[in-house]
Amino acid sequence: MSRILKALGAALLSAPMAGTLAAPGPYAPVTDARLQKPEPGNWLMYRGNYAGWGYSSLDKINSGNVGKLQLAWAFATGQGDGHQAPPIVNNGYMFVSTPGAQVIALDAKTGEQLWRYKKELPADLVQVHPTNRGVALYGDKVYVATVDAHLVALDAKTGKVVWSKPVGDWKAIQYMTLAPLAVKGKILVGSSGGETGVRGFIAALDAETGNEVWRTYTVPAPNEPGGDTWPGETYKNGGASVWITGTYDPETNLAYWGTGNPAPWQSELRKGDNLYSTSAIALDVDTGKIKGHHQYHWNDAWDWDEVSSPILIDTEIKGKKTKTAVHAGRNGYLWVLERTSDKINFVDAWPFIYNNVITGVDKKTGRVSYDESKRPGMTKAVKFCPSLWGGKDWPPEAYNPQTGLFYIPANNHLCAELPKADPATPYKKGDLYIGYPLDGVLGSLRFGEKPPETIGELQAWDLKTGKQVWTHKFPTVIWAPLLTTAGKLVFTGGANDRMFRAFDATSGKVLWEAATPSGVTGVPTSFEIDGEQYIAVQSGWGVDAERMQAGMDSLGRKTFVPQGGTVLVYKLGK
Amino acid sequence: MKDTDFRVTNLEAPDCAQHCPCEHADPGRRLTLRAFAGAALVAGAGVTPLPAAARPAVGDLLVADDVEKDPVAVKASEVQAGKPMLVYPFDPGSKQIRNDSKLNKIVLVRVEESDLDADSKARAAGGVLAFSVVCTHQNCEAKTWVAADKALVCFCHASKFSVLEAGRVLAGPAPRGLPMLPLKLQGDQLAVAAPFTTPPGGAT
Repeated sequence: MSRILKALGAALLSAPMAGTLAAPGPYAPVTDARLQKPEPGNWLMYRGNYAGWGYSSLDKINSGNVGKLQLAWAFATGQGDGHQAPPIVNNGYMFVSTPGAQVIALDAKTGEQLWRYKKELPADLVQVHPTNRGVALYGDKVYVATVDAHLVALDAKTGKVVWSKPVGDWKAIQYMTLAPLAVKGKILVGSSGGETGVRGFIAALDAETGNEVWRTYTVPAPNEPGGDTWPGETYKNGGASVWITGTYDPETNLAYWGTGNPAPWQSELRKGDNLYSTSAIALDVDTGKIKGHHQYHWNDAWDWDEVSSPILIDTEIKGKKTKTAVHAGRNGYLWVLERTSDKINFVDAWPFIYNNVITGVDKKTGRVSYDESKRPGMTKAVKFCPSLWGGKDWPPEAYNPQTGLFYIPANNHLCAELPKADPATPYKKGDLYIGYPLDGVLGSLRFGEKPPETIGELQAWDLKTGKQVWTHKFPTVIWAPLLTTAGKLVFTGGANDRMFRAFDATSGKVLWEAATPSGVTGVPTSFEIDGEQYIAVQSGWGVDAERMQAGMDSLGRKTFVPQGGTVLVYKLGK
Repeated sequence: MKDTDFRVTNLEAPDCAQHCPCEHADPGRRLTLRAFAGAALVAGAGVTPLPAAARPAVGDLLVADDVEKDPVAVKASEVQAGKPMLVYPFDPGSKQIRNDSKLNKIVLVRVEESDLDADSKARAAGGVLAFSVVCTHQNCEAKTWVAADKALVCFCHASKFSVLEAGRVLAGPAPRGLPMLPLKLQGDQLAVAAPFTTPPGGAT
């Protein structure tokens, strides 16, 4: 063997050792104190802070220099479908989750893989929404909620499974897509499945042992408060599923969650308000007790899940200091609520996109009134606006305390037509529980009077005045989770053009854009290592963005968006 | 529901016939190979595959998917045009319905046999074709009939499969066509003539 070959062999043998052992240093355990006041350089949870702002106080990348943003590194996940999870960063360790309940730990500076966890999923698991929206960090563990309805705790340093607990029955098509919420020694999760007749719930598991501490159904039983808003036994399969991480107010110890649509879709079969579907609910974190609620719209018939949790902002509303909970609704209204220690009060609401169903909002209670001719159901086909995907689906809004603006990734000028619903059919475990012919649901997307020139809108609102400050319009629909920074920037992708963009947070001007391998429907984050700021996001089109694109295709606006996940990390060029 | 692992009921024997070069071997030999492979798995895993989860066997009859016990075999004449029918196979001897795995769920479609290519015609019986209803993308059910395309559409991500072209993918994210389950007639009852043409189920 030649000396060169020998030397090469030695290098090959030693290289993996050096590679696999390189880690960003000791792992900094995640405490309650850190979660309540996250360091600017880290991104420790789904939206960066408990209030759900999606805001980074880093400003080295700013509106003056963002044009120089360049790729620092990229990492292919090897997975298809919707990559929606934020890259979560703790002192140089990055944790990314992917469809198929995988978690990848990376060196945040280099993109080198530290470990990878793959949940072994049942061979006949039905994945209605093949996605995952991120991990939670607590202590020295990483938590992932899985599509087969398990909560799994992993060792943050090694990726080894510490415990894995079922929280739902995947055979009933209960599944989890949300990033868990870690608070006060508990990991809070909820189950999706509003289309499969689950009874929605939020459960808290002990962070150390995985034992269930409490479970609160989002649909009350007949003997509980709100139980009289469901006829007969309908509450048992009433939906109100949970899709998105709650927000948390440490002062009152209340966690705020959004809930999905009631099931089945035919509202005639469950006459009543159907609490707490399409609502915001406030739960005591210690007991799980529901302390307050606000229902955005009662007796839903439009599949307007109000999945995202309200964002907690202390600000002035009409000249009065208010502890608010703000939510851009799938029903197309921007809701400003007041949070107290034992109630959610209505403050104000107004439409941010075209809606022809809601005719008014009671000034005192916030209860909406409807044009009942726009209610789909079992008698005839009905057209209504906005579409099933609403004015804003799950992609999170953002709040920037520097600009004082609230940013919404909206879709406007879209409608839907649902055919006449099916007659009542009994709930069947493991099957859809919608109540409409499926081709009618899949082909429901419609334009309004005429095809609109623009649909997607990145909107900026001044909550103090209730005024829309700027709007950037997109020719297509968007699925655009937002990040805003102290550098006066808003980052997002969301369109079918594969672009990831930076907007001036004050004016809405596009300051930077870069094409990515797939479409970006991932939640962007920002972090800092060795004094350098980074912007991170996953590219990876799929799930509802793809479904809605199929609807647009059928309306004549065809676009091909390739699939495949990539973690992308950017920094300023020299 | 706290510490139950919901997956324990999901153990499955591999279907040797789908992987062995024995597609056209005589059924007896195929069954033997199948049993052998199943036994090997059992020895390795230390568990017994549940007959209710085992793949359909040649000679199985079909029963409506909502029947839990005392199966009554579906007749070819019960499958109506434009109305896909969901069934599970059952063992005619033991009356065991193989409904413990969703991968055994089958959709029956009435077709004009004159519209079929040679392969499909050979798999039809009494004007009926059988497909795995499990979409090859993410295991949702492809059971919605779209008359215009003579296709089955999946309820999750709208993959579309051509019924007249052996389950070929017409649209959507599915990576491969729907597996077919060859049928034969026993009197007027539909029976399984051969194993699935390809393994049912999608990526997880």
